[in-house]
Amino acid sequence: MIDRRHIGTAFAPFTVSVDAGRLRFFARATGQTNPVYTDDDAARAAGHPALPVPPTFLFCLEMEAPNPAAIRETLGLDYSRILHGEQGFTLHRTAHAGDRLTFRQRITDIYDKKHGALEFIVRLTEVSDALGNAVAELRCVTVYRNPAP
Amino acid sequence: MTTLPDWHSLQVGDALPTLHLPPLTRLTLALYCGASGDHNPIHVDSDFAKAAGMPDVFAHGMLSAAWLARVLTDWVPQSAIRSLDVRFVAITQVGERISCTGRVTEKLDLPPRSARVQLQTANAEGVVKLSAEALIAWP
Repeated sequence: MIDRRHIGTAFAPFTVSVDAGRLRFFARATGQTNPVYTDDDAARAAGHPALPVPPTFLFCLEMEAPNPAAIRETLGLDYSRILHGEQGFTLHRTAHAGDRLTFRQRITDIYDKKHGALEFIVRLTEVSDALGNAVAELRCVTVYRNPAP
Repeated sequence: MTTLPDWHSLQVGDALPTLHLPPLTRLTLALYCGASGDHNPIHVDSDFAKAAGMPDVFAHGMLSAAWLARVLTDWVPQSAIRSLDVRFVAITQVGERISCTGRVTEKLDLPPRSARVQLQTANAEGVVKLSAEALIAWP
């Protein structure tokens, strides 16, 4: 069982830059055809200062953490038993190419179901811009499969 | 440019425009691997996937989540999206033809005026892969 004392653990904040090239690549990979997400002029015509960061790309930026395995290592998780159960985004303002976003992650809950066969780790990540404005909160539920005793 | 639909004429049960994806290819998974930064080999390396007990590589859950976000941003400007909460229900396999649908489930006449939307991705047989809920707000 994952040690419940990890509930409340906060991880070192990190800051990442939003790269316009990565946003265009993401648009291509997700089949995005709306030029607002790929063309600077279309983005500006829609009122954006630069290419907007689409909602779920915030999760990709979160994976730019200096050590993406920090949480797995802290909790002692075996990579091959991890499943992504849920992912939530609460959005306050749209981020754009060129922004520097700071991510603050913490474990808010750990619980189990099916007599411990499945454990659930809830991680909340606050995203803010360089001025300290709240951009979004990300909520990730990881499912951990425990072998039968 | 996407504009918000009129809140007053919006009705519970209204469908959002459906997004039909072409059959899922390994190329799409490779592109998403690079673009997302999720380099887990289980999504792009068949040898690795088989060694891990899977029949083959399969889609990143977050690729489908990105498609659901596209359903929303095809319908309303991104600034109107207050939240998107996705639940990963089943694995999306290579070759599957996925459709992403959405429906208005609730109108909230409080400041701000909002609408709750239920979304899902499903294959051609109707098997649900992701289910999601979003909240859209009118300024």
